[in-house]
Amino acid sequence: MADLPYITCRELIEFLYLYLEGELPPDRVVEFERHLSVCDSCVHYLATYKETIALGKAACAELDSPVGDEVPEGLVLAIRSSLRSQI
Amino acid sequence: MTPDTGIPAGARDEQGSERDLVSRLRRGDEDAFEHLVREHGGRLLVVARRFLREEEEARDAVQECFLSAFRAMDRFDQASRLSTWLHRIVVNACLMRLRTRRRKPEEPIDEFLPQFQANGHQVRHPTPEWEGSAETLLARRETRSIVREAIDRLPDSYRAVLLLRDIEELSTEEAAQSLGVTANAVKIRLHRARQALRTLLEPRFRRTASC
Repeated sequence: MADLPYITCRELIEFLYLYLEGELPPDRVVEFERHLSVCDSCVHYLATYKETIALGKAACAELDSPVGDEVPEGLVLAIRSSLRSQI
Repeated sequence: MTPDTGIPAGARDEQGSERDLVSRLRRGDEDAFEHLVREHGGRLLVVARRFLREEEEARDAVQECFLSAFRAMDRFDQASRLSTWLHRIVVNACLMRLRTRRRKPEEPIDEFLPQFQANGHQVRHPTPEWEGSAETLLARRETRSIVREAIDRLPDSYRAVLLLRDIEELSTEEAAQSLGVTANAVKIRLHRARQALRTLLEPRFRRTASC
């Protein structure tokens, strides 16, 4: 095992999605984690990839809060007028 | 909490008033419809802006959403929430618009993806650490707008996948069905979208060497 070559940073980054989704075959997971045990750069890439997902969720979740989401008056009028034409 | 239903009294009132609203909407009550637009329109517009980026198109999508809802009101399942139902309709309206746009050439994403040397290391090696976790960064007032601006910079097809999977939390199969692509295409696009977003955020959040 110790003599096996390590997978490259490129391979690790390409398979990151499958690793995080739990879709990587067990033998690939072992290779993946073996690379991470010796490569700080990929450890940082993995960490910041995960933070990116968390930041995206949080930044957009705030947009879904009702505070300050007023509908422009012009849009209300436009919708009312299209609705009347349909009734 | 009420012993008969197990539903908190506030939620029960809300369900009751939503049922009344739906009855009025089904009778074609214009005031009820205007109430619906004022109650939900702002939030739906925010969702549409996120997908479409262009204000006029986002407003058109919201308008389409309400007209579709009006036409389909008889089919609305009262076991669902109006907000959830409208949300789904507006997302579909946005996806329809993005599909039309996709006939035009899309801006490439490659410049935001990691580049590699022949030895498999990244060209920009090593990857820097960030100043903190998402939780720490979110404590700053400007973080959310930085992230939203970065999401807006993603090309349409990548932004749509990111929004459907990471924000709307659709499954890969659901996102594939919504977009009319294969599940594998969703996986590839989502990974690229996340990588591109990471690249766009890195200059804002990377730890800088202290003196």
